[in-house]
This record gives sequence, structure tokens and C-alpha cells, in this order.
Amino acid sequence: MSSLKPKHQRLVLVVIALLALVAAGVLAAWALRNQASYFYVPAQMVAEPPAPERAVRLGGMVQEGSLETLADGVTIAFVVGDGEATVPVRFAGIVPDLFVEGSGVVAEGRLGADGVFVADNLLAKHDENYVPRELQEMTEHQKREVVAETEETR
Amino acid sequence: MIAELGLAALWLAAALAALQLVAGFLGARNPDTEMAALVRPAAVVQGLLCAFAFVMLLWLFAVTDLSVKLVATNSHSAKPPIFKLSGAWGNHEGSMLLWITVMALAGGLIAAVERRLPEKTMQATLGAQAFVGLGFYAFLLFSSNPFERLPQPAVEGLGLNPLLQDIGLAFHPPTLYFGYVGLSVAFSFAVGALLTRQVTPEFARAMRPWVLGAWVFLTLGITAGSYWAYYELGWGGWWFWDPVENASLMPWLAATALLHSASVLAARDALRAWTIMLGVVAFSMSMVGTFLVRSGILTSVHAFAVDPERGSFILVLLAIYIGGALVLFATRASSIAEGERFAATSREGALVVNNVMLCAILGVVLMGTLYPLLTEAFDVRVSVGPPYFNPVSAIFVVPMLLVMMVGPLLRWRRDRLERVKAPVALVAAILLGTLAVLLIVSTTGLLPLLGLVLAAALAVASFLPLRGRNLRRLPLAVWGMVIAHFGLAVALFGMASESAFSQEKLAAVAAGDTAEVGPWSVVLDGVHPVAGPNWTALEGQLLASYDGGDPIELDPQARSFWAPVQQTTESALATRWNGQLYAVIGNEAGAGENGARWQLRLWWKPFVTFIWYGGLLVALGGVLALLGRLFDDLKRRRVKARLAERRADEAELAAAGGRG
Repeated sequence: MSSLKPKHQRLVLVVIALLALVAAGVLAAWALRNQASYFYVPAQMVAEPPAPERAVRLGGMVQEGSLETLADGVTIAFVVGDGEATVPVRFAGIVPDLFVEGSGVVAEGRLGADGVFVADNLLAKHDENYVPRELQEMTEHQKREVVAETEETR
Repeated sequence: MIAELGLAALWLAAALAALQLVAGFLGARNPDTEMAALVRPAAVVQGLLCAFAFVMLLWLFAVTDLSVKLVATNSHSAKPPIFKLSGAWGNHEGSMLLWITVMALAGGLIAAVERRLPEKTMQATLGAQAFVGLGFYAFLLFSSNPFERLPQPAVEGLGLNPLLQDIGLAFHPPTLYFGYVGLSVAFSFAVGALLTRQVTPEFARAMRPWVLGAWVFLTLGITAGSYWAYYELGWGGWWFWDPVENASLMPWLAATALLHSASVLAARDALRAWTIMLGVVAFSMSMVGTFLVRSGILTSVHAFAVDPERGSFILVLLAIYIGGALVLFATRASSIAEGERFAATSREGALVVNNVMLCAILGVVLMGTLYPLLTEAFDVRVSVGPPYFNPVSAIFVVPMLLVMMVGPLLRWRRDRLERVKAPVALVAAILLGTLAVLLIVSTTGLLPLLGLVLAAALAVASFLPLRGRNLRRLPLAVWGMVIAHFGLAVALFGMASESAFSQEKLAAVAAGDTAEVGPWSVVLDGVHPVAGPNWTALEGQLLASYDGGDPIELDPQARSFWAPVQQTTESALATRWNGQLYAVIGNEAGAGENGARWQLRLWWKPFVTFIWYGGLLVALGGVLALLGRLFDDLKRRRVKARLAERRADEAELAAAGGRG
């Protein structure tokens, strides 16, 4: 490179840097499309199930009366619903502290071929101030639906 | 009264910053005016006033003055004293006050001691520093006043988020802020140099201690934050690629690049425009980090302020500073003369590779962090996690580490690879040898495998620059480099071995039952209720023995706080030289054969502690380099002073001789 004229060395450096950055950008964009995990509500998951083994997140309400602990003592099964559809979920691990029936939950994991969502991690409300973003939206959305329903029946 | 004193000091400091801005830019035109003489004292006094305001806030928290809104919403009279104090910066307003205090003190320090640069450049630098400061004063005074009073004093405070009631918190945010602020000083130097067209090795030498200092603090902050997340969140992970973590990682990546390019500029007068650009990028990243964390655009324990007005305020500041700096750069860059040239195979060449790769990683992390925010604008909710970040950043980390093994062995300017044939062959042999051994004995994934192999080679390669040198006469800065590079290898080894060899066990156990994980066998002795100052908990008593050795007592807890109401999981750790046992207790799991069972989650994480030891070594390397540079500067200053003295003596003698 030292044989080049000064202007040229600067140019070569700039071109190399730009190439590397563009390569990083393109690679990142491509990987993001493939690796980002999408957020589903039960109705979407039933209508257009994600490809099996693709990491996604499922958000909704834990249905009353659906929560049970399996015989091994550490696996739980419950049903997540959004008023339109329901998805059965299985999770092995220690549940978040405020995870109860009738409350909102976001499950990270994969939809199995048998239609059961296997969660690696559960996010629930920690306290009044710390709510997973999707859940915040979820409950708002549901509130609106409840309002709409009660107005219809009236 | 105390709150009003603090607020008054803050307003005075803001006024001084305005004076410093105007005087600084007048002084940059003509440093001999009377206005220019005001700049340095203004910076010093401003620093003292901010420190005073911050002490006042500490006082308010120490005595739990509930008539102040910030104290009432973030503290509680029953809190342990140390957490009362750390509560002062464990919230949005207090942490912004801490930020500006550190920034003003840094400005005062440069004003008081930095004399190497031309006075014009210093005036412009301090002017730029005041410009940045003013934005933050405005932010603090208009949208997040920490000293606001309540119309009616509260009866009791609301308390501090229990997740944040931890000794780690007392030090984690201040360390990161020192880092962010150091980068703002580097930014001011870059703007000053650009404004007065003085992009010289002296500029790089004046800026370097600040970058080094910022980098040390960022390293410590990230290391501490990672360990905090590891033991406090109870998920057994040490890095989640959470946007808030990325917000601290991105400035670190930029600072690392800046550090290395500033070395090239200081030693060889090359990479001038590039160094300036990195100075701007590094500060942009700390602003982006602040924006992400403080705007409420993310939900996390860090996002205290869910207030869109504040978010827009920071965004506007970001646009002004970064936009302004980029415009300045675009108009001035062509007037920065080309630096010294160098061959591709040279120390500079290797450092250019390091810089480009670090910037590429920075781009990858930035895109992954912003992508969910972008798609959210189109109402598509995604989350981006390890499946994206790990492989994509590895594509750039691997070549960077490979070059890092050879780069420090090369000479400045021009070198031949044949000259360093022997060490390169040694490193390559270690690389291939480790690879062969690992392929035979273990069946781990590609990334952990690469990590282990590269860590082994880098650990050896980092000491090769010491070869054939007199260790006693070696400059401290070289030791710093060697230790920092070795620390990176140690941390990499920890990360790779954690993901390659971790074992996990999830079980429901009754009292007296045993659970096995890796070489450990863990007996549940019992579960009892316990109480702390502001919480109650269920505590499991575990007896863990490693490989049949003496049992160690562990007591993980599930804690319930009452102000504010919240539950947390307190993990219990058993640390050995070769790893950690990590235990968490969960809910009651129904009755089994031996009575009531409890959920127990155990991890055996071989060598996981090396991650943080490595981080500490990297920081230690930075400290050594910083000390080395400072001692050199002091020595140079003394020599200069002595020379000037001798010259004065000679002149006096000559004058006396002439008379006599």
C-alpha cells in the first residue's frame, strides 16, 4: 500500500472500512429476518402456526382452571387464550413469582408438531411497574374487548 | 432548605456553563482576550457547584426528607442506610444529576491541568464541553428536577425496587456514568481539534487518558452488571443481549476502537480523520445508550422514567450533538491533512483491522438492538436474542481475535510476516492442537468450540510481545496491553466453557432427598421462613458436596418485599476455583413419596467465574496503561520545567556576564 500516492491510501482505507460495514449491515439484516422471534397471540398462532422449531413468543391470559403440575413436580401445563383461540403450553422450570391463573403471561419457546407450545421461559408481571411490553398492550387490548362485549350485550 | 440550596447550585452551574460556552468560542478565535481567561475558572467552579448539588441530594436521601418528591417516590425510612444513599442515583433524576456532576468535574479537571494543547484548541474543547453540558442542565432543570418539593410531605416513602436493593447497584451505575462521561470529554477534545484544525499526535495524547479511563470504567461497569444479572435475576445466565446491556456494550466497543486508533495517532500521526470520527461515534453510542435506557422506550428494571417527554428531550439532544458533530466533520474532514502512510503488514495495518471489525460488531449490535423498535413502528412485535447476536457477531469477532494474536508482534510502519514466523507458528500450533483435542474429547457446538480454541491461542499469544525484552525496563503501558489482551482470553474461556460444559438439573425434592448435577450432590435439609428488614422469605437449606467432599451449606431464598410489593429469587452460589454451583428454590411442588416437595433448580457451571476475572484483568490492563501514560506525561513535564529553568539561569548568567 505504501507505493500508492497518499490520497490513494486514504481512499483504500475508506473503501475497506465501508465494505466491512456494508457487509456487516447486509449480514445483520439478513440474519434479523431469519432469527428475530415474532410475537403471537393465540388467535394468530392457531390461524397461521409458525414453522416448528422456530423460536417465537406467545402472549395471552392463563385460562382459569387450566393450570396443572405434572407428576414430576417441575413441569406445568396450562392453556393460554385471548378470547378467540387457545393454545396449550408446557413449561419445565421455576415459574415467575406472580404467575397465576387469570393473569397475563408471555411464553418464549417453540410450537411443537403436536400443537403444544413448549416454553423455555415465562415472563409474567413482576410488580406494578415492571410488565413485559407485550403484556401491557395485551391487557389494554383485552380491556377494550371486554368493553366492546359488554356494550354489545346491552 | 437543603433541596433549595442544591437547586440554586445547579442553576448557577448552568449559568457558568453558558458563560463557558460563549467565552470558549470567543477564546478559540483569539485566546488573548479577557473573555478567554474566564473559561478555565468557569469550568472549575462549575464542577464544584455540581458536586455541591449532588452532596445535597445525598444528604436528602440520608435523612429521608419526605417533603422532596424524589425521596418520597424512591426511598423508605426502613431501608438499610447504604441503600438509602444508593437510592439517590437509583432513579432517573438522581442518576442524571450524577451524570452531570461527573461531567462538570471532568471539565473542571481538564481546565485545571491540561496544558499540552495549543490554547486555542483548549478554549474550543472547553466550549464544546460546556455545549454538551448545557443540554444536560436543560434536561435536568426543565424536565427532571431532582429537588422538586411535594405540596404536602409524604407520610412514608414508596421504597426502591427490591431488585435494585443490592450492593452491586451502589457501584454499577456510577461506574458506567464515569465511562459515558469520559467519552463525552473525548468528544469535546475531538470537536475542539476539528474546530481549530489541530488533529495532531498531541491531541491524541491529551485525549487518550480520558478514553482509557472511560474504557476502564465501562469495562468494570459491564463486568459488574453482568455479574449482577447473573446472581440477582436467578435465571443462571450472565448475558441476555438485553437492549439495556447492549446500551453499555456499544460505547465499550466504540471506546475500544477509539483507544487503539488514538494510539496510532499518538505514536505515528496516522488515522487522523478516523480517530476524530470514532470520537464522535463513541459519544453518540453513550447518548444512544442513555436514550434507550432513560426514555421509557424499553421496559426493564433500568427504565425508571416512562415519560415520552423525556424521551423526546434526549432524542433532540442526541440529534443536536451528533448531527452537529457530523456536519462539522463533513465540512472539516477534507481540511485534515493525510496522516503518515504505512504498509498493510504493520502494527497500524493490524490496528486498522481491529478498528474495522469492532465497528462492524458495533453495527451488528446496534441493528439488533434497534430492529424491534423499528418493526414496532409497523405494529410487528419481534424480539431479537442470542440466535441473532451470537453467530453474527462471531463472524467479525473471530478474524479480529486472529489478527489480535499477531498484531502486537508487528513493527510500526512496515514489517514482513517472515520476521515473526516463529511466534506465529507457535500460536497456530496451539490453535490447531486445541482444536484437535476438543474435537476428539467433546461434542460441543461450533461457537463454544471456536471460543475455547481462540481463548487458548490468545492466552499464549498475548504474552509473546514480552519475548526478548527486558521485563524490568518495559513501559507500564506495554504491560497494560499484555494484561488486557490476556484478560480477554480469560473471559472468552469462561464464556465458551460456560456454554459448552454447563449442566442443569431441575427437580422436585422433599426434605432429605438428594439431587445430582455434574460432580455435585445436593441434599435438601429443609425449608424455613426467614425475615429481613423490609422483606420476608422462604429459605431452602441445602447441603452441597463436590465429588463426595465436605458439604457446603447453601441457602437460596424466595423473597417477598412489602414496599413496593414484589417477589424476587435470591440464588445461592458455591464458588470453587473451577466453577460455580448455582441454586435457586421455587414453589412447593405438591406431595411426593417422602412428603412435601419443593422445586429446586441447580446449575453446575464450570469456569464461569473466569468471565468476570477476565473482565477485571482487562480493566487492570487499562489502569496500568493509564498510569504508564500519566507517569510519562509527568516526567516529560518535569524535564520541560527543568530545561526552562536552566535556560533562564543561563540567560541570567549571560546577562550578568555582559554587565561585568
